[in-house]
Amino acid sequence: MSDGPQWFDEEAGPVVRPYALIRGRTRSSGDMFDLVATVRTLGDPEADGDDLGPEQRHILRAARNPISVADLAVELDLPVGVIRVMLGDMRDNGLISVTSPSAGGARSNERILKEVINGLRAL
Amino acid sequence: MDSVLSEDPVALKILVAGGFGVGKTTLVGSISEIKPLRTEEVLSDRGIGIDDLDGVEGKNTTTVAMDFGRITIREGLVVYLFGTPGQERFWFMWDELSYGALGAVVIADTRRLTDCFPSVDYFEQRGTPFVVAVNCFDGAQRHSVDDVRIALDLDDDVPVMLCDVRRRSSAKEVMITLVEHSLRQLTSAN
Repeated sequence: MSDGPQWFDEEAGPVVRPYALIRGRTRSSGDMFDLVATVRTLGDPEADGDDLGPEQRHILRAARNPISVADLAVELDLPVGVIRVMLGDMRDNGLISVTSPSAGGARSNERILKEVINGLRAL
Repeated sequence: MDSVLSEDPVALKILVAGGFGVGKTTLVGSISEIKPLRTEEVLSDRGIGIDDLDGVEGKNTTTVAMDFGRITIREGLVVYLFGTPGQERFWFMWDELSYGALGAVVIADTRRLTDCFPSVDYFEQRGTPFVVAVNCFDGAQRHSVDDVRIALDLDDDVPVMLCDVRRRSSAKEVMITLVEHSLRQLTSAN
């Protein structure tokens, strides 16, 4: 018996569409999370992860150290919209905290801007 | 008690804008580790005539990848760079991106200067500090910084500079100019 024809390859895109991971939803309490908001795992990711999908467990592991929403999307290779829905659910379930960067807080801090200028010079 | 360890990291956003193919990706890549950030967006009919959709008429969604770079200044202080999708139909993303942003770099190509008008207008209206970086492409006719300033009708305090986005030192200079500009706006407002 020979193998059947190759039905799809990488070019066909993902077999599971990203939004299937979040049951087709595009809205959640995570809608407004800033791309640079800080995500942090609460509690023990190994103990809490039992009923979760692989993506959610991946988030719990990745956010043991504070990580931005954008970095998580890159880390999981998923669209930002999908990540936001997952994060909204996970926050509602008390698994993670999401802290928005205080708008204008850092950019209105003279000392931080000077630090950034010096840091860029040193690159 | 010293609670430095539990402090949230400070995250600053810088936007990189400009017309299609002007060098946004190159600039972000010259100065930071660059990664494509996926956003999944619906293609509306407004996209027709902008994107070449011949042969893909049945396609009604597309994945947009935004350039995303990160510069770690020190532990707990990170500058994020976002290359904004150029087309007008992605402007809803700009509002989110520019919220709380430290500032923006508008890259201009003097052969197609009108391409950066929308970006300049946008940041002027939002009051986001920005600099205009004129990318000097190989063989592109060079215009003086003053010509560009006049053509774009910029306020006197908006920095305009020539750059080569492929060169790290040049990209660095653009970013430093922007942060210095933001700092000046801050101190003059206080």
